[in-house]
Parts: sequence; C-alpha cells; structure tokens
Amino acid sequence: MLTSVLRQLWPSVRAMLVLTVLVGIAYPLVLTGFAQVVVHDKANGSLIKQDGKLVGSSLIGQSFDGKPQYFQSRPSAAGAGYDPLASGASNLGPESPVLIKAIKDRRAAAVKLDGTAPADVAPDALEASGSGLDPDISPLYASQQVDRVARERGMTVAAVRALVARYTYGRSLGFLGEPHVNVLQLNLALDRATNQ
Amino acid sequence: MSDTTAGLLQAGALIAALALCWRPLGDYMARVVTSEKDLRVERGIYRVIGVDSKSDQRWSVYAASVVAFAFVGVVVLYVIQRVQAHLPLSLGFKGVDPALAFNTAASFVTNTNWQAYSGESTMGHVAQMAGLAVQNFISAAVGIAVAVALIRGFVRSRSDRLGNFWVDTIRIIIRVLLPLSVLAAIALILMGAIQNFSTGTDVTTLLGHHQTITGGPVASQEAIKELGTNGGGFYNANSAHPFENPTALSNWFENFLLLLIPVALTRTFGTMVGDRRQGIALVSVMAALWGTLVVAVTTFEVHHHGTALQAAGAAMEGKETRFGEWASALFAVSTTGTSTGAVNSFHSSFTGLGGGALILNMGLGEISPGGVGSGIYGILVLAIMTVFVAGLMVGRTPEYLHKKITGREIKLVSLYILTMPVIVLVGTGIAMSFATPRASMLNAGPHGLSEVLYSFMSATNNNGSAFAGLSANTPFYNVALGIAMLLGRILPMLFVLGLAGSLGQQQKIPKTPGTLPTHGPLFIGMLIGVAVIVAGLTFFPVLALGPLAEGL
Repeated sequence: MLTSVLRQLWPSVRAMLVLTVLVGIAYPLVLTGFAQVVVHDKANGSLIKQDGKLVGSSLIGQSFDGKPQYFQSRPSAAGAGYDPLASGASNLGPESPVLIKAIKDRRAAAVKLDGTAPADVAPDALEASGSGLDPDISPLYASQQVDRVARERGMTVAAVRALVARYTYGRSLGFLGEPHVNVLQLNLALDRATNQ
Repeated sequence: MSDTTAGLLQAGALIAALALCWRPLGDYMARVVTSEKDLRVERGIYRVIGVDSKSDQRWSVYAASVVAFAFVGVVVLYVIQRVQAHLPLSLGFKGVDPALAFNTAASFVTNTNWQAYSGESTMGHVAQMAGLAVQNFISAAVGIAVAVALIRGFVRSRSDRLGNFWVDTIRIIIRVLLPLSVLAAIALILMGAIQNFSTGTDVTTLLGHHQTITGGPVASQEAIKELGTNGGGFYNANSAHPFENPTALSNWFENFLLLLIPVALTRTFGTMVGDRRQGIALVSVMAALWGTLVVAVTTFEVHHHGTALQAAGAAMEGKETRFGEWASALFAVSTTGTSTGAVNSFHSSFTGLGGGALILNMGLGEISPGGVGSGIYGILVLAIMTVFVAGLMVGRTPEYLHKKITGREIKLVSLYILTMPVIVLVGTGIAMSFATPRASMLNAGPHGLSEVLYSFMSATNNNGSAFAGLSANTPFYNVALGIAMLLGRILPMLFVLGLAGSLGQQQKIPKTPGTLPTHGPLFIGMLIGVAVIVAGLTFFPVLALGPLAEGL
C-alpha cells in the first residue's frame, strides 16, 4: 500500500499545480473581469457616496449609537460594533445569563429612548445579528423609532414615515426572507431631507 | 403574506427546483463518468499529470491515489498559509501559525471547512483563492469520484478494476464543478455578492467613525463553497455576511446550490446501475429525513423556547433580519445535512432543541442528503446494512443490486459505520477530561457540552459548521480536530473503496422470488429505520446530557 501511495505522489503534485492555475487563478480572474465590467458598483461592495465622500456600503450596517436623530441599528457582536474586520455573532446560547442580561439592558435602553411599552420592543432591537454587520432592521423596530426621530429632527411624523416606507424592502420575489428596512440608506435620506 | 405562507412557499420552491434539476443533472453526471471520450483540455491535463486515461485502477491503487492526493493537498495548503506574507495581495497578514495552518489545511482537503480562523483577519486574497478555494473544487471532486467507484463495484462483474481516479476527478472538475460554479458565481454577482481584488476601502461613517469595507474575490469562492458542499466562508460570518449573501434571493439560491449535487447523484446512481427506481428509493429516504428535520427545527425556532429567546420575543439572536427565522432554519438543516457547514445564522444561539436536532442531523452520518459523493456512498453503506438486517430477519443470504452481501462486505460496512461515532465520542470524552480544552467553552453547563460535542461531530463528519461559542483556535482543538477530520474522511473512503473492490469481483446473481425488492416503500421505511436507530442508539446518551437537558 505504501509503495502505491508513493507512486501516486508525483502525479498528485503535478495535478495540484495544474488545478491551482486553472481553478485557483484563472477562474476567479475571469469572474472578477466579468463582474468589474458588467456590475461595477455591486461587485465593489455597493458603496454609497454623500456629498462626494464615501460614507459606507448599503450592504454593511453602521452603528448610530448615542445619536437619537438617527434610526438605530441592531445590536452587533462584530468587534466594537459593526466592524467588518471582525464579522460574527455573539454565539451565546438560549439560556446564557450574559445574553439574558444583555436583552434586559437593551430593552431598558429602547424603552428610555423611544417610550415603547417594555413588552412591545421589537426582538431585533434586543438580539444581535449573525454577521454583526446586518444593514437592516425590521419594519416593526423602524416604526417604534419614527416618533423620536421626527421629534429630534423637527420633521413631521408623516414625512419620516414616508422615508421609512421608501427604504422598506419586501420579501425577495414576494415570498423569500423577511421584509426589512435599510438603516443607512434611511438615515442618509433623513440627512438630505433635513439639510434642504 | 404571513410568515408561515412565505416560509412554506420558500421550502416548496426549493424542493421544486431540485426536482426539476434532478434528472438532467443526474444523467449528465452519469454520462461524464462513463463516457469513453476525453475532451482536448482534459487530454492536456492528463499529459501534465502523466496518467494514461485508458488505464483502469484496482481498488487499492484507486485508494492509494486518494491518499496521496490528500497528503499533497495538505502539504501544499499548509505551506501556502505559512508563507502567505510573501504572496501578493496578502493584505499585510503574517504567516498562519503552525497548529492553525495544519487544522485549516486538513479542514479544506477533507471537504470539512471547519474554520478556527477568521477569514477577514487571517487570510490574504491569494491564500483564499489559490489555496483554500482550490481544495473546494478538489475535495468535492474526490468525494464524487469515490462514490462513482463504489457504484462501479455494483455495476461490474468479475472485475478487479474500478476506473481511474485521476480521470474521474479531472472530469468532474472540468465538466461538472467548474461550469456550474461559473454560472452560479455569475448569478451571485448579479445579486450583489462582491467580486474584486480590493485590499479594503476606508470610509467615514455618518457618526464620523472609520469603517473598512473589505474586498475580495468572494462570489467565485461562494459558488463552489455551496456547490461542493464545502462551506468555508470567505469571512468569519460565512453566509450571514452581506457580501457573501446579500439578499433573501441569494440566500435561497445558495441553499439550492448546496443541495443540488448530492440530490442529483441519486439519479446518477440509478442511471449507472440501470435501475432508476433504486435512485428514487435513496432520494426518498434523504428527502424524508431532511423534511422531518426542517419541520422540527423550524417549529423549535418559531416557538423560540429558552429563557433569553422568550424574553426577547423571537429567536433572532445570531440571525439576519433579511432572512428571518424560517429561511435560517431551512438553511441550517440543509447545511448540517449536506456536510456543507456554511451558515447563514449562528447555530449556538438556536433553541436548545433546534441546536440538538442539527447535531442529530450530522449524527445520521451526513445522509440527508449528505455531502457531494459522501452522501451517496454513506447511504449506500446503510442500504447494505439494511438488506443485511432484513436478511437476518428471514434467514436468507442478503443481496443488493444483484450482489451477494457476504461477511467481507458486512465487516467493511460495520467499520465504516463505527468509525465516525468512535472518533466523535472518544474525542469529546478526551476534551471534557482535561481542564484546558474545557476552558474553551463560552457557555457553561449543558450548552458547553453541546459546543464540544458539536465540534467533534462537525469535524469527523466533515461538516465544518460550529457551535461557535467554543474558542477552537487553541493548540489542543487545532490538532485534535485536524486529526478527527483526516480520520473521519480518509478511513471511511478506504472502507468504501475496499467494499467497491470486493463487490466488483463478485459475479452478478439473478433475481429470485426471495430477493428483497430495494425500491419499494418497505425498503425505504427500513432504511430510514436503520439510519435513525444507528444514530439514535449511538448518540442518545450524549444528546441527553447536552441539548436535551438544555431544551427540556
């Protein structure tokens, strides 16, 4: 058996080499070429500019902690929060005392910020996402923040609600996944509306 | 539309899409591995490798090729990681530490894609695409090749030859995996997955903080990661990361990709053995197990049992808003049932029973529907065990697909079945016996045991997903899980090839009135029973101490 294995080593090395060139180098290069020509913006991360400056990606969430004039994102376990160099989840189990306490604290914070009844606070305001970079919140959590954002910005509730509706996306193809609101796009639109 | 309606449509559309592709893809793969003709590009590759494409190998030579190729794969991938600081597009990362580099090399070569590292802070672009992703193709093709060799053992009569490993592997890459990956990657790119060589773009957020938007050839890697049931994410967050999986549509598509080849291989099997009902019987078993687990995990998640989840009002910890509970549960069952290990949500934060069901799904031995190749050879091994059990009941010599099942076959089948539980339970036992490995558990009590059990289950079954609360990047886990992955991959393959050699040498026996039909509901029911009883008896005690204690 050992001699048979040894006899196959040299073909293995040569197969490794030719396959590395083919599927390790040519394949990703060709697809990158295609992507850069056909869908340049998407292929580069759906970056967003405001006033000529890059402010983020519509696919990557940001923290709006401590700024009540902005819609707040979900809690994040990525680094210090929304750090794309440390994506990931909390991995805390359903009986974890750490998670139970975090949920309690986040509920208190949401109640204080938005005046939501404690039992009604949206689950996504209390639980961290899988990627830690979730760009979205649920329509329920967005609706709980509308009054506060309108007040902070001196806008009418109806105007804020209209913007929320504009950045609310339904299920893909009408039945895949869940409806969601893109927080960064919404907050950028709010800034544009207030600056006019 | 209610969550329930949407969730049912989502699963229904998945089943419909798989059913549509089952026949054309299954028959196509059968043609690929039985065709006499080589493509011009393949002839060129055979010349470089130095093999004669017309030479058939004995089972022992086929097995030696598998072992040699895996060995070279581990060495090459280890070296690439160690020297990555000197490669282009290394993003400033230093060489990977020896224990972690060994673990990762073993992981990708064995189609496990367990990741003790975080992609965005460890691996440069070249290490990802020219190192890790190459093994995504190779390990998938090797799995299919071994399955094809086993099928030839049933098809051939009085032959000691099983085909040529190099021809099977190269053909599967050139004619199946590469074209499908190109199509899938194009689709993912159009859906918004990134594909670039950027070393990262610095942006200033609305609050004035710095954020680095990462880059990389992600879509091309994502395509083969799902198609080859590999599962190793470009980023730490894997398929939960918006750059790997930007929308609920891309999520559904990735879920489809990871089930596609394992499901279609049942048709390939039926076509090759000349009795398509046999393939339908096997896919029925896979579908029944997968469907039951989808219903169970979805129910557990939607009811979000557990103190923290009850307090929050939903099981959204570790899940993305755009996917929600239904799409996360569906993906979780598909990924643990195909030995893929890609995750779009984090299993450690699932409900106790939901997480337990995912462990059980792997404990079935990856047959619902299993990894590319490993799923079909895994279920064929259980099918042989089933006809043996049935034969014992009525006192007849068991046979399957016109081959007698003798003591030699049953020994190999038993060795195959025992390998995985022995490695999992001994490994978990060793880890729980020492203070250092125990210190890696993030959660205390039953959940901590589940984390360790999950890690050995995932490694040995070459799944690669994690109860990621475990800090697995320690010398102990890197080495122990690396060994578990290699043994959990290579040993079963050797038993399967030995089985193929033994079956191939037998003469075919004609069907008699006493032959147990292996395509009807009776056999399907018995096969499900054997799969569930073997896994249940093996793992019930440890499941009771971990997820059951937590979830009840």
